[in-house]
Amino acid sequence: MNFLSIFVLIPLLMLPALWLCRNIKGLRAVMVTGSTALLIAAVWLVFKFIGDRAAGMTDEFLYTASVDWFTPLHIKYAVGVDGISVAMLLLSAIIVFTGTFASWKINPLPKEYFLWFILLSLGVFGFFISVDMFTMFMFYEVALIPMYLLIGVWGTGRKEYSAMKLTLMLMGGSAFLMFGIFGIFYGAGGQTMNVFEIAHQTGGAHAIDFSAQCLFFPLTFIGFGVLGALFPFHTWSPDGHASAPTAVSMLHAGVLMKLGGYGCFRIAMYLLPEGAQELSWIFLILTGISVVYGALSACVQTDLKYINAYSSVSHCGLVLFALLMLNNTAGSGAIMQMLSHGLMTALFFALIGMIYGRTHTRDIRELSGLMRIMPFLSVGYIIVGLANLGLPGFSGFVAEMTIFVGSFQNNDTFHRVLTIAACSSIVVTAVYILRMVGKILYGKCTNEHHLQLTDATWEERFCVGCLIACIAGLGLFPGWVSHLVHDGVAPIIHQLGAVAHTVSQSNPFL
Amino acid sequence: MDYQYTLLIILLPLLSFLIIGLGERWLSHKVAGLIGTTSLGITAILSAYTAISYFTADRVEGIYQTLVPYNFNWLPFHDMGLHFDMGIMLDPISVMMLVIITSVSLMVHIYSFGYMHGERGFQRFYAFLSLFTMSMLGLVVATNLFQMYMFWELVGVCSYLLIGFYYTEKAAIAASKKAFIVTRFADLAFLIGILVFGYYTQSFAFDFTQSAVYLNGAAPAVTVEYSKTLAGAAFILPTALFLMFIGGAGKSAMFPLHIWLPDAMEGPTPVSALIHAATMVVAGVIQVARLFPLWVEYAPETLHIVAWIGAATAFYAAAVACVQSDIKRVLAFSTISQIAFMIVALGVCMPGHEHGVIDNHASLGYMASLFHLFTHAMFKATLFLGAGCIIHAVHSNEMSHMGGLRKYMPITHITFLIATLAIAGIPPFSGFFSKDEILAAAFHYSPIMGWVMTGIAAMTAFYMFRVYYGIFWGKENEHYKEHTPHEQPLVMTLPLIFLTLFTFVGGWAIPGSFGSLISATGEAYHIHLDPQIAITSVVIAVCAIALATWMYARPTQPVADRLQKNFSSLHTWAYHRFYIDEVYQFVTHRIIFAYVSRPIAWFDRHCVDGFFDFLAWGANRLGYSIRGLQSGSVQRYAFVFFLGTLLLLILMIL
Amino acid sequence: MIHLEYFLIVSAIMMAAGIFGFLTRRSTLAILLSIELMLNATDLNFAVFNRLLFPDGNEGFFFALFSIAISAAESAIAIAIMINIYRHIKDISVEKLQQMKW
Repeated sequence: MNFLSIFVLIPLLMLPALWLCRNIKGLRAVMVTGSTALLIAAVWLVFKFIGDRAAGMTDEFLYTASVDWFTPLHIKYAVGVDGISVAMLLLSAIIVFTGTFASWKINPLPKEYFLWFILLSLGVFGFFISVDMFTMFMFYEVALIPMYLLIGVWGTGRKEYSAMKLTLMLMGGSAFLMFGIFGIFYGAGGQTMNVFEIAHQTGGAHAIDFSAQCLFFPLTFIGFGVLGALFPFHTWSPDGHASAPTAVSMLHAGVLMKLGGYGCFRIAMYLLPEGAQELSWIFLILTGISVVYGALSACVQTDLKYINAYSSVSHCGLVLFALLMLNNTAGSGAIMQMLSHGLMTALFFALIGMIYGRTHTRDIRELSGLMRIMPFLSVGYIIVGLANLGLPGFSGFVAEMTIFVGSFQNNDTFHRVLTIAACSSIVVTAVYILRMVGKILYGKCTNEHHLQLTDATWEERFCVGCLIACIAGLGLFPGWVSHLVHDGVAPIIHQLGAVAHTVSQSNPFL
Repeated sequence: MDYQYTLLIILLPLLSFLIIGLGERWLSHKVAGLIGTTSLGITAILSAYTAISYFTADRVEGIYQTLVPYNFNWLPFHDMGLHFDMGIMLDPISVMMLVIITSVSLMVHIYSFGYMHGERGFQRFYAFLSLFTMSMLGLVVATNLFQMYMFWELVGVCSYLLIGFYYTEKAAIAASKKAFIVTRFADLAFLIGILVFGYYTQSFAFDFTQSAVYLNGAAPAVTVEYSKTLAGAAFILPTALFLMFIGGAGKSAMFPLHIWLPDAMEGPTPVSALIHAATMVVAGVIQVARLFPLWVEYAPETLHIVAWIGAATAFYAAAVACVQSDIKRVLAFSTISQIAFMIVALGVCMPGHEHGVIDNHASLGYMASLFHLFTHAMFKATLFLGAGCIIHAVHSNEMSHMGGLRKYMPITHITFLIATLAIAGIPPFSGFFSKDEILAAAFHYSPIMGWVMTGIAAMTAFYMFRVYYGIFWGKENEHYKEHTPHEQPLVMTLPLIFLTLFTFVGGWAIPGSFGSLISATGEAYHIHLDPQIAITSVVIAVCAIALATWMYARPTQPVADRLQKNFSSLHTWAYHRFYIDEVYQFVTHRIIFAYVSRPIAWFDRHCVDGFFDFLAWGANRLGYSIRGLQSGSVQRYAFVFFLGTLLLLILMIL
Repeated sequence: MIHLEYFLIVSAIMMAAGIFGFLTRRSTLAILLSIELMLNATDLNFAVFNRLLFPDGNEGFFFALFSIAISAAESAIAIAIMINIYRHIKDISVEKLQQMKW
């Protein structure tokens, strides 16, 4: 056990502590203490990681440790981090921390809510620190199941339907994933589940048979892709997000959807590079569709959460799209987009939740003139809206630019056309964001009940302020994140580059 | 001289934005305004100081050196050595723009004390003004394309926020949205242009000749081999440049992307003066000027397209301006038309006699364009601020609510008149000199272009005097009896007087003429007026003014009314801006929303999602249909079990 | 000495009667009786096989005794359940006991 395990231990200790709490105050105290501890640990890890890299520790994964767990199947509890997982851990810690404040007044059953919430974050943290495919998969499942209850019990609207749909579709993805993982395990000789060891065993990228790679790459990619809102497996996202309670939407869109992209990159593309080279074109088309299609769908939605959910489809599509461009710049851009989208969409859902909590409607036709009534929330909403459409100075801009520059490095018509199509989504994004902002915040308030509503409370201000600060921080000083992330992207891209000569014969567009 | 202080020029407005923006609630109107104005005052002084020390410094080989006090790698791209730099680059264009932006912005800051007095959101207004100034300054001092793009987007957002300043008004919301989306659409082309450019040249830097001097340890950019790029594919650079020009055309409201600018007049008038007349809308001109060496050397054929787009826009806008009744709309169309003049001037530049060499004489338009940019910023800001005074006095934008104001508002009247004369091209006001150079360049390019532009200049004189007479002469409006208009306070008229002063002397007071500061090659170029062109243009302008006087100066306007009646369909078309807006409205709402977005949303809900719902429903139905087998009746189970055992037994025996 | 075959015939008849009763009767009590009948058939077999084929050992007797004890416990529980059911729905026919199914 090394110190990375504290990311799992803290939530694990929080569970009994929450169980023993008698009232809401105790719950809040435990939640704030625990999530602050996680945040501090994550920030500290970032500094330590950067410091150690600067000090010359060049291993691909740092702070690795491995404990035998189930020897006959070579399952180990193996941990280790590289630049990508450090960044993701930081993101998760921020979202859990702010999510605590966003669910400050959760009702009913606060204890049970927080228990499930923490179990969910336990899964997320565990996933990001693992380097063993099996434990990754296990934590992945741990993160999925609480969603069902969180949405089904504390949700709004058609919550049972949405909860069921979300869970079933993600479980369907897991089924694909399990095939993929076992395919990799046995294809690579059935000796180890460790990602690093599989990638670096004799034969390197060619260790797994080419035809097996072409079979298991789609399985694994779709398995994770379902969570990353890959078209056409994204439909759980609008319903699920719309029904989920605020903090759960935040955690889900902010972090859980990132598990998909992370897994696609870390497992599907890293371990099956030949498959990725061969078949990336199919998924590029699908993700390209996601990007434009999500944005266009968002233009005509009337529910705030649906708008944001489709926007997430578009932005998460961009993450996978960039990963499939198979180069360093686009890869780094993808991870930065994950960070950026995680923070922005969390803030978006937080603000929508706060507005919904007051007005009890999310229909943009019923809302208007909120700027005068709740200036703080409205200003926050405009800021995140502008950040979402790529305002320079916020994280979205740097991530998108990195992605576009990276995508443009692929010098053929097929990639060019898709890149330009993806670029065009920035215009459509502007359309739906400004439409939404114009309808609900500007103008005159037409509903008399809304005139009595109050602005944000202190904990809401704190939550919104923290997230805005993070988004702006990332947007103003992107250099260090880019370097941090590139540290993890480079070996994976190197692995993919090692098989570039096999480049796909199956792509009819080349 | 190491110009380290230039960083303050960017940071001070940013700081004031942060202070006013975050402390909005705790700052009183006065304090907020003072913070903004003071920081901008300092910025303006610093800019002026920069300009003086830059232009008085020694030339190297006859050229003002390009200095880069700061340049650092802001965001690395990890392939091919590309990176996104941030920095400050001082060359004649950026130094001139620093002066223009800070001085106009300072005037607007002072003016707004009076204009925005007591308005709700006063602090917000000043915060946005500061932010805008910062972004615009960042745009002009950019060291590379990406930095320009970044600040380009920022000014777009500031423009959006300021147009929508009166956010409870429906028109303002729609206008702000339109402005942002139209320019965003153009920016898409700009972005793609940058990507193409960056991919093939492996650099985003503006330092094309690698002659910039890096100060303070700033790092130089990667060496760029344009000739190598061109050898590979000769259409790459022209394509990239044209795509970038589309971005510039969006920002500078060139036809057919001009539709947002007239609507942008929904914003407060000082904003119109600063953003939509003097600074932001000329970003397209600045961009083309920045990339000028590439245009002339590698894409001279594409430059012709630019020239004709400019000419078409100039004509269109002038034609529409002749019939508008809202004074701010007239000024907006006149802005479009004048910027088109600048674009034309850039477009008519030609490579030197030996191919690929920039020649001051052949590229006269370059100098003329930036000269006009400078004079236009001053006189158009004067016109807009004057219009603001008038609107404040009569509480309306419509010309029908004005008339005979010269008695009530003498200062406004005189300044407005001077600015109108300047835009009409009457010597000795600044507009004459710059417009004359543009016409000279146009004639040099082709006589057709020269005559077209002369005609448009005459239209300019005509519609500007139409507005002038409509406001200050003619019949007094009956509303004046209940509510007498009066001259505005000093805080508003002082900026007017200051800007008018510039308008008055701007054409001839610069030591050694404008051409000695900025020219295509960088070497001093002595402007000499071509008497033939100058006399022709002045005579035609005077004729146009006389026509306007004859038609509009009297209390009643029989000629104009008759014309309107006889050519009513033409008038209606021009009044509705030839229905270009409606076409856009139709395309976006009727086609994109109704025939693209809605079907996609429907498809998503019913087909894609329907498929997954169908899977769930199918599994459910299947479960229902086979659950009869699992009846729960133990006797039936036992019976099946018994039969099964019997069957097995028989099989085993056999 | 009675032949083994006779014992087996009796027990086979008992077993068949038990199976037939179990599959066809509708009364829970009758089904329980049928089960008892089948159990007794096997008990009989145990005892007879032990007595006639392996006279040295006692396992068959023990098993039969064990089985009798279990069937006693089982009938006790079953009858208790039946009484409870009867109290609720005034009937112990299996056709009426379908509410628990879903």
